[in-house]
Amino acid sequence: MSSLTGTAHLLSTKDLTRDAAIEILDVAEDMADVSTREVKKLPALRGKTVVNLFFEDSTRTRISFEAAAKRLSADVISVSAKGSSVSKGESLKDTSQTLAAIGADAVVIRHGSSGAPRVLAQSGWIDASVVNAGDGTHEHPTQALLDAFTMRKRLHGAASRGKDLDGVSVTIVGDVLHSRVARSNAWLLTTLGASVTFVAPATLLPVGIGSWPVSVDYDLDSAIAAQPDVLMMLRIQSERMHAAFFPTAREYSREWGLDDERLARLPAASLVMHPGPMNRGLEISAGAADSPQSTVLEQVANGVSIRMAVLYLLLSGGAT
Amino acid sequence: MTARIVMQPSDITRALTRISHEILESNRGSSDLVLLGIPTRGVILARRIAAILETIEPDSGVTVGALDVTMYRDDLARNVTRTPAPTEIPAGGVDGKTVVLVDDVLYSGRTIRAALDAINDIGRPRFVRLAALVDRGHRELPIRADFVGKNLPTSTSERINVRLSEIDDTDEVAIA
Amino acid sequence: MTIRITGALLPDGTATDLYVADGVFVEATTADSTIDSTIDATGLRALPGLVDLHTHLREPGFEQSETVLTGSRAAAIGGYTAVFAMANTSPVSDTAGVVEQVKSLGDQHGYVTVRPIGAVTVGLGGEQLSEIGAMASSKAQVRVFSDDGKCVSDSLLMRRALEYVKTFDGVIAQHSQDPRLTENAQMNEGALSGELGLAGWPAVAEESIIARDVLLAEHVGARLHVCHVSTAGSVDVIRWAKARGIRVTAEVTPHHLLLTEQLASSYDSRFKVNPPLRRDEDVQALRAALADGTIDIVATDHAPHPVESKECAWDEAAFGMVGLESALSVVQSAVVDTGLMTWTDVARTMSTAPAAIGRLDGYATPFAVGSPANVVLYDPAVTREFATSHLRGKSINSPYLGFSLPGQVIATIHQGYATVLDGELVEVLDRG
Repeated sequence: MSSLTGTAHLLSTKDLTRDAAIEILDVAEDMADVSTREVKKLPALRGKTVVNLFFEDSTRTRISFEAAAKRLSADVISVSAKGSSVSKGESLKDTSQTLAAIGADAVVIRHGSSGAPRVLAQSGWIDASVVNAGDGTHEHPTQALLDAFTMRKRLHGAASRGKDLDGVSVTIVGDVLHSRVARSNAWLLTTLGASVTFVAPATLLPVGIGSWPVSVDYDLDSAIAAQPDVLMMLRIQSERMHAAFFPTAREYSREWGLDDERLARLPAASLVMHPGPMNRGLEISAGAADSPQSTVLEQVANGVSIRMAVLYLLLSGGAT
Repeated sequence: MTARIVMQPSDITRALTRISHEILESNRGSSDLVLLGIPTRGVILARRIAAILETIEPDSGVTVGALDVTMYRDDLARNVTRTPAPTEIPAGGVDGKTVVLVDDVLYSGRTIRAALDAINDIGRPRFVRLAALVDRGHRELPIRADFVGKNLPTSTSERINVRLSEIDDTDEVAIA
Repeated sequence: MTIRITGALLPDGTATDLYVADGVFVEATTADSTIDSTIDATGLRALPGLVDLHTHLREPGFEQSETVLTGSRAAAIGGYTAVFAMANTSPVSDTAGVVEQVKSLGDQHGYVTVRPIGAVTVGLGGEQLSEIGAMASSKAQVRVFSDDGKCVSDSLLMRRALEYVKTFDGVIAQHSQDPRLTENAQMNEGALSGELGLAGWPAVAEESIIARDVLLAEHVGARLHVCHVSTAGSVDVIRWAKARGIRVTAEVTPHHLLLTEQLASSYDSRFKVNPPLRRDEDVQALRAALADGTIDIVATDHAPHPVESKECAWDEAAFGMVGLESALSVVQSAVVDTGLMTWTDVARTMSTAPAAIGRLDGYATPFAVGSPANVVLYDPAVTREFATSHLRGKSINSPYLGFSLPGQVIATIHQGYATVLDGELVEVLDRG
């Protein structure tokens, strides 16, 4: 599979080769520098139109993509199109054809249905590059890329360029079954040489996970005792209690929450990560969220750099 | 097709030495000088010039950096996507300084036009000058070099290959 | 109408001529003057007219997907001479009035014999038995009852339904799907569904219902028919039940004999169906079960949907595939060309056995003098790249578009008159 520059879309991290992933991370390094300058703008995508097509609410991801596109001097149009149950089936096709008429060069799409970005990319309804900003419980590739970028930056600092995550141990805790962040990270981190462990109650792990390139542990304390380099906490949704995935928030927090006591047992050099938004006191304590090991704020800043890199690599080339 | 070598290692050294003296002469010294090389070989040349300046006027405080112009090119939409190289602006920045852009070959002038736009987004130098190891003519924009190593009239069908020992195995300029 | 068919290969391989007159097979006649038309069937396989025990004709209520007319035409081009029409129409086929309407539309259009299936519960609501007796005594003479689309999941209601239909020599055809285990399910539950982020439909949700139902059928001494069996585990349960002497019959769809869940990776919802496509191990188990008789028949579960119900994200799309036009080709590809079954087996599983389960007369002794003349002439030697031009129903949601499939129906004769000749539909005049 070719690097991102040879393809039209970014739909998943499963499709990214190691070289393509490192290329994105390296370009993001340059993009990060822009935000330190007086004029935080590059003219690279001047005249291009990027449309944010969000079928699900998400202020932070949408703002991040908007900032990324604007820093590259692209024009941005944000569309909030919540599909109603009445018009299901019409929403995606009709909305995307309207965008084609406007002349979008890229469509950044977040949708509640797994696979919707791929359906859009394969449909022939639009000519634009499709960027998956999160589809159902399937993937959230730019989130995984910014997570990997954050890890790399903390580990190697200014010497990050060209490096992968060989030998890094990453433990991801939480609702893996419903998490697109967990999936995208599992594929990408493994491709970059890291070892990934999932920690969750059995009800929140997908059937067939034995065939994934990850380890599984039901016990957070034993996972912490293994001294992972990175501990990533996933958000828990309260609706899961009503579908009997776990009995109460209290029990979940007691068994799988990163409280201050567990934070103290984590090596001081280990990173604490969270894709946001956080449920302080549920899956992560305030102390952990605000500790120096926490990368939560950098993750947000790095998100803009990564998304700039993705948009640049997809949109700037012309002749093939 | 055999290449014709037009500059040997010693020719390159002499040219860079002369350029260094010319820079000092036109700047009336070395104060507030910032050399920004354009990746990849412009950066190497900028470092060599800085080293020579250091031997002529030690402890002058000349700073060296790199200025990548990929994002500012005017042909981005026409070619395959290019991966940018790092930009390193030295501590002290460019505001109020004399920035000397350094590149290996000056040709159409479009790279330098992009470099001027790039500098504009970084700060406001007092002066911007251009040093090029080779000027091969065929300018498409009203751009000229202040300091030139060698003028090499060429036809557009010819290629100029600059090799520098830091990354190639020798120093040489050849026409192919 | 007198028809002579020359040089046909019967399912057992013998080449013969067939003579049809006044709607039945007759003795051979040498008098050319009495013959209205001759069909040269050299090289063609003659099969008894196919009988589909599981079709959705969508009329009344969902005519944008299919009507009795368009569904009948699709059936005819697929070699079918009889179809059993499922009850999930609007209004639901839970009264004598609706089933009589569906039957009379079928008779009027004349392409196939349409036998309506009656709903087990009122409105498919799963709470109250529908007027099964009235439907059985009506002109439609309903013998097969099903809530297909939905499962009769309440154990007590299923027990009552199994007992009640004994009164009318009926059979309950169960869509086996535990609703609590399959809420919002999208595809087979397994490693792939986890990767794709699509909610899983576990095999146990089908197998556990079948296990319960066969034991209920044994306990009350009733017949049970299992719709669209899709897993190896279900096959095991049915095999066990038959060994115990339980009167259970089972069907498999052509698509479950050929296609696997890997097709869902593209998120193309033409491959979204209920029950879902499963693993290759399941496909192989189903083929073996059809060959050894554990599964009695092939039934298409022809499920038409309009374009807008499939041109969308996977979990917004409707479940179902059309299958009448492609059934024989898919069966040939999956079990005949692979050497697992013969044409005699095909005749049994696609005609005589389904007719018997549905208590449909006239199919017990195919080709025998005096039997109704329902026959399909099929060319197994051609290969087609399946396309929308090969469909005759109203909808195009076929999973085989672009696939290479063997075989083509050349002629279909229904009750002694041709509905398909030279590979194309014959315009059958409305019979009032």
